[in-house]
Amino acid sequence: MRYVDEFRDPEVISRTAEEIRRLADPARHYRIMEVCGGHTHAIYRFGLKDLLPENIELIHGPGCPVCVLPMGRIDDGLAMAEKTEVIFAAFGDMMRVPGTQGSPFDYKARGMDVRIVYSPADALKLAEQNPDRQVMFFAIGFETTAPSTALTLMRAKSLGVPNFSVFCNHVTIIPAIRAILDSPDMRIDAFIGPGHVSTVIGCRPYEWIARDQGRPIVVSGFEPLDLLQSIVMLLRQLQAGEARVENQYKRVVPWDGNRAALRAIAEVFELRPFFEWRGMGFISQSALRLRYPYAEWDAEARFSVPGVRVTDPKAAQCGEVLKGVLKPAQCKLFGAECTPEHPIGALMVSSEGSCAAYHNYEHRKLGDLQLPISD
Amino acid sequence: MNSSHPETRFRDPQIDMAHGAGGKASRRLVEGLIAPVLFGARPSYLGDAALVNLDGSTAVAITTDSFVVKPLRFHGGSIGELAVNGTVNDLAVAGARAEALVVSFVLEAGLPTPVLEAELRAMAQAAGRAGVAIVGGDTKVVEHGKADQMYVTTCGIGRPIGGITIAPSSVRPGDRVMISGPIGDHGITILLARGELDLEAELCSDTRSVLPLVEALARAAGPGIRWMRDPTRGGVATSLNELARDCGLAVHLNEESIPVRDTVRGACELLGLDPLHIANEGQFLAVVAPEYADAGLDALRQAPGGQEARMLGEIREQPAATVLITTRYGGSHVIDMLVGDPLPRIC
Repeated sequence: MRYVDEFRDPEVISRTAEEIRRLADPARHYRIMEVCGGHTHAIYRFGLKDLLPENIELIHGPGCPVCVLPMGRIDDGLAMAEKTEVIFAAFGDMMRVPGTQGSPFDYKARGMDVRIVYSPADALKLAEQNPDRQVMFFAIGFETTAPSTALTLMRAKSLGVPNFSVFCNHVTIIPAIRAILDSPDMRIDAFIGPGHVSTVIGCRPYEWIARDQGRPIVVSGFEPLDLLQSIVMLLRQLQAGEARVENQYKRVVPWDGNRAALRAIAEVFELRPFFEWRGMGFISQSALRLRYPYAEWDAEARFSVPGVRVTDPKAAQCGEVLKGVLKPAQCKLFGAECTPEHPIGALMVSSEGSCAAYHNYEHRKLGDLQLPISD
Repeated sequence: MNSSHPETRFRDPQIDMAHGAGGKASRRLVEGLIAPVLFGARPSYLGDAALVNLDGSTAVAITTDSFVVKPLRFHGGSIGELAVNGTVNDLAVAGARAEALVVSFVLEAGLPTPVLEAELRAMAQAAGRAGVAIVGGDTKVVEHGKADQMYVTTCGIGRPIGGITIAPSSVRPGDRVMISGPIGDHGITILLARGELDLEAELCSDTRSVLPLVEALARAAGPGIRWMRDPTRGGVATSLNELARDCGLAVHLNEESIPVRDTVRGACELLGLDPLHIANEGQFLAVVAPEYADAGLDALRQAPGGQEARMLGEIREQPAATVLITTRYGGSHVIDMLVGDPLPRIC
């Protein structure tokens, strides 16, 4: 398979892992955060931790859009969709994410019309095919998926589709990284920058991380070789005492981003003054909402939104895990009350969340835990 | 335990789609509610078919399976063919040769007769190929909208193939794990046939009777066969996790040895799915004692349709009750059962 196999070549990978061992100063402890949930998933799926020396610690960042969505927003989305005329459409990623009264799948089992779509354009098509129903698309994602939502809204407007709306939960990555860096218990030496987000926003938005915070950041692809090579690039910077933005994922990420996609985002969306992130609290200017000319297609304007804020269960230590203060298995709920099947905390809900990835791929590896089937 | 009111441990408030997906939730439903109530106590091992002793000596294997696949027809097969092969295969991996099937239909009013007739013909052909007789059945029709076109249930009885005993408790460290061919073809074919994804691929369902392959393995390695399973819903990962839990040992897989076609691998990469979690309808897994393993694999490969059989890994002591995979770069990670349905990841 092209663009996959060459980045999974065992020989090149073992040479790169060897180089990491050579570059890493045994007297130092390196804490590297991979911002993106896709990277977290790949690190566990490919067993990359086993290839790294012990003094390189990977901290899993906040870049999983499903994980950081607060429960109140899920409740809001489901409440709007409880009217019989509404079809609730969302990506597969959302279907098992629990609200207070259950996940979209639970609502579907109780009779609500819940559909999985593979792109916002499919949701618009659904609206055109069902003119007597209201189709509400539950939009999630960072800058990666925001352009396709934007283009769909532009199309809905130009076609004048009256029965389509978007419940916008798009968030932006930079404020989340800033919140992590501003946190007093933050202890991170360098960042593996998100790959998919950067295809849209490019590498420039990270420059302040290197310039003002003195942390190197390398934008990385998702294959095993991409991640290892990015770690090599970070170690070289750290050893040289440098802090720069580098682009390892050049085959996909242009330095200046994708201008057409950025134009679409700017045309349709504006920043919310603040938005709640699960496990991290309210972060100012960290999320998008529809601009006034698109208000007609804004689910929050069309339906009444309960707007109930639900606090995360106190025992769940998602915030600490997100900031790298705790490892997933150190959380009091991990593996017992909180599992991928019955997630309580934010990071267990999506397979890209660090707790779910750890639970699926790493947990039990040492044979130290026996989970009952009724977990 | 009070046999009239056995203790149940199933706490989910309602039945969800995940309970039918073959993974953790399905197992919880069966072990926590169905088995305790119907069988009185929790059976030690829930296999693909039950062995029943008639008049003390004659053992017969019996099994049943329902088919609700959508769409009814897809590349390489259809619901009727699945309904015959699925039951023949459940008997085969329990170490039995199917002798007779009975079949029940639930039909939705409005179903075009040619659709039903096509499925009946598909069943007759599949039964002919598998060498099993369909000897009876039942038909119910429900109102339009109360079922989705047609559902098929088959029940089969079979005669044990001599010299094989299937028991997870007989699995030992050092035993080898093998598979009869490439994985994921059926599940990915169905996913693409639903037409919800704008993806097309040259791919067929693998539906077939695995009985000839099981018999070839039995002839070459009969006394060494410890366990077999056809990895349908939930895929290879779920079947092997069930084995690991049932025998309390570790299943170690070698990623490089897992046979996956490029089309299946490509679709899985795009959709964020793991081929180990994708359903198969014409493959089986076997655990074979090490001294019989090479002969068994050779026999499988020489049998028609078994050329792509592979050794996947082996049984070890630790980590207990766990499936572990070694990646091609020397890293390793746990492979868990499927949780719910496999859902494509987009964002």
